[in-house]
Amino acid sequence: MSAVRTLVVWCPDWPVVAAGIEASTPAAVLQANRVVACSEAARAEGVKRGLRRREAQGRCPDLVVVEHDLGRDARAFEPVVAALEALCPRIEIVRPGVCAFATRGPSRYFGGDEALTALVAGTVGVPCRSGIADGPFAAGLAARTATPEQPTIVAAGTSRAFLADFPVSTLERPELADLLVRLGLHTLGDLAALPAAQVLARFGPDGALAARLARGLDERPLAARTPPPDLAVSAELDPPADRVDRVAFLAKSLADELTDELARQGLACTRLSIEAETEHGETLVRLWRHDGALTPTAMAERVRWQLDGWLSGSATDRPTAGIVRLRLAPDEVKPDLGRQLGFWGGSTLQDARAARALARVQGMLGPDAVCTAVLQGGRSPGEQVRLVPWGDDRGTGAGSAPGTGRGGAERAPWPGSVPAPAPATIHVQPVPAEVLATDGTAVTVAGRGLISAPPARLSISGHQWADLVGWAGPWPVDERWWDPPAHRRRARLQVLQHDGTAHLLAVEGGQWWVEATYD
Amino acid sequence: MGFAGHALDGVARPSPGRLVGQVTPVSLADQHLLPVLPELRGLLPGGGLRRGTVVAVGGGPGSRSLTLSLLAAASAAGSWAAAVGVADLGVVAAAELGVALERFALVPQPGDAWPAVTAALLDAVDLVVVRPARRVRPADARRLVARARERGGVLFPIGEWPEAADVRLTLDGTAWDGLGSGHGHLQARRLVVTTGGRGAASRQRRVTVLLPTPVSGLVPISDGMP
Repeated sequence: MSAVRTLVVWCPDWPVVAAGIEASTPAAVLQANRVVACSEAARAEGVKRGLRRREAQGRCPDLVVVEHDLGRDARAFEPVVAALEALCPRIEIVRPGVCAFATRGPSRYFGGDEALTALVAGTVGVPCRSGIADGPFAAGLAARTATPEQPTIVAAGTSRAFLADFPVSTLERPELADLLVRLGLHTLGDLAALPAAQVLARFGPDGALAARLARGLDERPLAARTPPPDLAVSAELDPPADRVDRVAFLAKSLADELTDELARQGLACTRLSIEAETEHGETLVRLWRHDGALTPTAMAERVRWQLDGWLSGSATDRPTAGIVRLRLAPDEVKPDLGRQLGFWGGSTLQDARAARALARVQGMLGPDAVCTAVLQGGRSPGEQVRLVPWGDDRGTGAGSAPGTGRGGAERAPWPGSVPAPAPATIHVQPVPAEVLATDGTAVTVAGRGLISAPPARLSISGHQWADLVGWAGPWPVDERWWDPPAHRRRARLQVLQHDGTAHLLAVEGGQWWVEATYD
Repeated sequence: MGFAGHALDGVARPSPGRLVGQVTPVSLADQHLLPVLPELRGLLPGGGLRRGTVVAVGGGPGSRSLTLSLLAAASAAGSWAAAVGVADLGVVAAAELGVALERFALVPQPGDAWPAVTAALLDAVDLVVVRPARRVRPADARRLVARARERGGVLFPIGEWPEAADVRLTLDGTAWDGLGSGHGHLQARRLVVTTGGRGAASRQRRVTVLLPTPVSGLVPISDGMP
């Protein structure tokens, strides 16, 4: 594969130029106390890259020192690139100070490589050198050998010969260059002369790439990236459909078409976007996830459930007109590696049936309405549970086996957590309550976690008073004290009513709540 | 062929009527039963949850825990369970009682669609706990009961249910152990359950179970508990 003929524009000492310093002023740009660039005048005094500030100032006492700022370099380079864009589009910035573009079109348009370089020199407006060769690497070195007056133009196909005399350090791979030198390979020509397979075997992919560069070939031969094809399929419905069965046939053929196309690309769809457009221009979109690949039947089934959910939804959510357009788009694809069902346990027929039923309910109520629970760490029984929408990843560890599926976070100590057994009813909204001591005063829990008096009577949301025959606690909890908006101080109490009902109470800011009931 | 026919002459040929009897699949009673924890076998006719039935648990504190513990053994054995409309369900308690959470689907807010959701779940889920959003229309209840019978699921309605349940478990008494006045914590509970229902379950019985059992794993069976 021959390299793309490229022109590289190199503005020497760009960090100095970008800092707005004249070439006649001795100046150096430093980063981390080392010179990264210096002006021509400073170089004449013996300043060079890599020197420490003290050394550089020693060699050139009136040196102007500027801190390095990549942002400034990039900003200052932008007008240069904008000027070049007047000549040709698709300019690649290699780094601030160096940019490249392919010359095939511009060179023919402007009448040859020489005319192009002359035009570039006139356009840029700052001191620059340009070189043309096969590939950006060779062109970059060509630009370095050029003079302001005379650009270097390496004839097509002769880049390898041009590169042969450069030292291996020009590859900008210090470790590899060091190794090559110790092996007696001093120039790019030496490296290029080695057989490609042996280079790969001895120096790895990076070495192989370096050898390609030394041969004057392109740097990125294999990473050619074609834009991802648009896999979405859609179909129009005429007349508009307001019943599911009419759309279902279409859904099946669309699903077949989509899976054929995915199979041709070697992809499997794990998330499908179902989109319907109605006559009145309403767009309904829903994402469907599946941990394995969706078969055409499964896709069509989901389309049917989804449309069923839309068309038979409540009057407010239902589309106001028939569906005129149906579109299936794979929202998430992965390489199709096939799916292996578990041999011991794992997916069974029963699981597959249940999965279909749950997906059907998701079609009626939305994907978040059907969940399974995963245990996690926490203090109150409500915090120890995370609900995962059906079809989403349940995460690893927790809940993988009944009784034993306890993840690390769950085992971690949660001081102040309520001891087992857990209450079977956890109120969605805590119910306000009042707790009184025997003498009729309200029971409080002090800041140090001490209860003012043994609780004797409980009234839940203003209802009748119930006598308490047992209580335990308080378990004080000081949560998220490092985060003022989320900071909560609570104390929990187990109480047992005379009739055998047990509650989990919480007090926060003097107010009692029934958090859960041991139902 | 003649030889083969000759060989068969001596064999008694089964009559078509007898053949039907031999090839008809025999369904055994225990195939219709979902397992329950050994401690709960005494509560149910046949010692398990008969498929296609309605089991109503009611009457005071402890009914939620008893319902969850009825799910436990079947859930651990691979059956799916679901809870419809039970937004305040204590999932940790369910896990502690032995319900496999990865096979326990929760539909906390089905709204008015609860009959349709429950019917859809009964198609594939063996054990469905449902708390209706509001008063149940008899037609909805009949439809769900018929669906459960057809698909072999067990329906556990919470709250009012217009149809007569096949098995009705009523809690008569509850006593907690482990909680003192300012010390200890709730550990074990003794539940007195009265069984009733239709058919085989109609004979009334009173059974005492410990639910939950003490965390230590030691189950006291003496009468010394408060």
